[in-house]
Amino acid sequence: MILSIAEALRKAINEEMERDVDVFHIGEDIGIEGGFGGAFTVTLGLEKNFRDRIIDTPISEIAIFGAACGAAVMGMRPIADVQYGDFLFCAMDQIVNQIAKLRYMSGGKLKVPIVMRAPVGVTGRGSQHAQNMEPYFINCPGIKIVAPSTAYDAYGLLKTAVRDDDPVLMFEHKLLYGSKGMRKEEGAIDASSDIPDEDYTIPIGKAVTRKEGKDATIVSHLLMVYHSLLAAKALEKEGISCEVIDLRSLWPLDIEHIVDSVKKTGRLIIVEESPKQGGIGAEISAQISEIIPDYLLCPIIRIAAPNTPAPFSPVMEKFYIPQPERIKREVKRVIEEY
Amino acid sequence: MKYKDEVKELGKERLLTFYRKMVEIRSFEERIRFLFLEGKMPGTIHQYIGMEACAVGVCSALEKDDVIASTHRPHGHAIARGLSFNELMAELYGKTTGCCKGKGGSMHLGNLEKGMLPAIAIVGGNLPIVVGMGLSFKLRKQKRVAVSFFGDGASNEGSFHESLNMAAVYNVPSVFVCENNLYGASTNIGKMLKIKNIADRAQSYGIEGMIADGMDVIDVYFNAKKVIDKARKGGGPTLLELKTFRFCGHSRRDPCNYIPKEEKEFWAKKDPIGSFKKTLLKENIVDVSDFEKIDIQIEKELDEAILFAQESPDPRPEDTFEDLYVSMEVPR
Repeated sequence: MILSIAEALRKAINEEMERDVDVFHIGEDIGIEGGFGGAFTVTLGLEKNFRDRIIDTPISEIAIFGAACGAAVMGMRPIADVQYGDFLFCAMDQIVNQIAKLRYMSGGKLKVPIVMRAPVGVTGRGSQHAQNMEPYFINCPGIKIVAPSTAYDAYGLLKTAVRDDDPVLMFEHKLLYGSKGMRKEEGAIDASSDIPDEDYTIPIGKAVTRKEGKDATIVSHLLMVYHSLLAAKALEKEGISCEVIDLRSLWPLDIEHIVDSVKKTGRLIIVEESPKQGGIGAEISAQISEIIPDYLLCPIIRIAAPNTPAPFSPVMEKFYIPQPERIKREVKRVIEEY
Repeated sequence: MKYKDEVKELGKERLLTFYRKMVEIRSFEERIRFLFLEGKMPGTIHQYIGMEACAVGVCSALEKDDVIASTHRPHGHAIARGLSFNELMAELYGKTTGCCKGKGGSMHLGNLEKGMLPAIAIVGGNLPIVVGMGLSFKLRKQKRVAVSFFGDGASNEGSFHESLNMAAVYNVPSVFVCENNLYGASTNIGKMLKIKNIADRAQSYGIEGMIADGMDVIDVYFNAKKVIDKARKGGGPTLLELKTFRFCGHSRRDPCNYIPKEEKEFWAKKDPIGSFKKTLLKENIVDVSDFEKIDIQIEKELDEAILFAQESPDPRPEDTFEDLYVSMEVPR
């Protein structure tokens, strides 16, 4: 069945809640009759199936994540949702000090099996509903981080996350959901997949190669995978062959996968939608230069958003987001220069 | 003592258990204060001296399956909830035999198997977690109660507001116990709050607010029992304010120069252990030798716990990498 990411997540959540009565979903506007099913329609209609376990909350992000934490340590498996990833910052104490650290502080005696779902992406909303805040959490030991760019991965990773005994933060991209009706996004990209009837999972910490190539490795996640693929396709016409890796998990990083590819291509370009400072590119770049310095034919290139908040004006926003043309230009440059 | 008849009703054995628990806390705190000042104990400590009636009164009203969450000042709660001297002392020494295997320390003491979450040392941080514990009991139809201990200062945190409102809206079996000891670190709560009673804030969430004398273990016990039983029966959350005072500094070597002498003297007269002893003697429920037997036994147990902690093995440095994730190694 061909499903969008929003539909694939809905199917996965529905099935996990049917399978395990300890799974519940908590968040703002997720189960209001006549409402949205969350900001991007993921939970639309699920309240009909699970009246007690689709839990609408006050606008209280501290309490949402704290309540999920408390229920999780008592053995339940909450999925906590924020409408926009930007709101995670309202709940940072619960996420960073409590959820991420409780098991460690307890000497490994507690489990905190929470799934946290957060939409990201620079999408015509100015600075506070448009961040890609993944790097903040990469610096937070205790949380696993996934970022599915296809409906197939979204379904499989959601299932894995719910069944995982550790906290998992899932970043989802606003332009990839395939939300319909009044919640449709301007400029959305089709990320739908053929979802098999039978249940499957996708392991956390495993990247996937979206396109094979031999001249350069482009590593990215979420929307930037699509931009990288467009760049790679254009480069192909000019005789440059790029390998495109979709990280899928941001922590743990599948660094072996990248190592194998860079050993083959000798060039590494990391593309991310977050600001360049302290970003995912910085982490991957450092690891690769530590592990296989001798294989690198040229400096590692980071293509990222400017070190500024996201601007509103469509003109600036387009400049802010790494576009396929920019990726193409940078890849071409390093191949020509080195 | 407002509860003359009730005191007799509790019976000698129960009353002596209250006494024992309070002295366990006081003696534990006095011993570790000494060890800390001698430089034998690592880290920092926030002590509970003077507030013993709060933890003992509330925890005595709990059932075995109930859960408490504590703060950066958790020694009293841990002892009242039934954690052993050995596991606590070893944790303070950072040893592998500690209740958190040396990864928690003073500010994160806890043992969920004994009904205490590792203490949450961020002011106000445990309140939303206690809402979630209550929510899990409600969803699973369990007759259990979750209790949050927090201080006067925490009532000015945003998490207090979000948690009490959410607990009220969901009608969960969570009880919020505010130990108002009048000082958030060095700051008198009167400077940071325009209302006199923190319990008054309950009405803005549509829940009951109650006040008990935090220096009187019996008053705390009966009020706590009332609100805990109510929560267990589906009556929802309560904000219970305990008026109390700490007879020690905020932390480490704090001499409390910010507390007027008269204020210290006023509260010293209300010493929860001294006044409780007096009441029991006056009512002819016990005699002095009952107290002495308990005191001696506690000192002996503390000697043993200190020895146990000091002789317990240190963790290996590389144990740092253990206990973070359930299903993955820490990437290095």
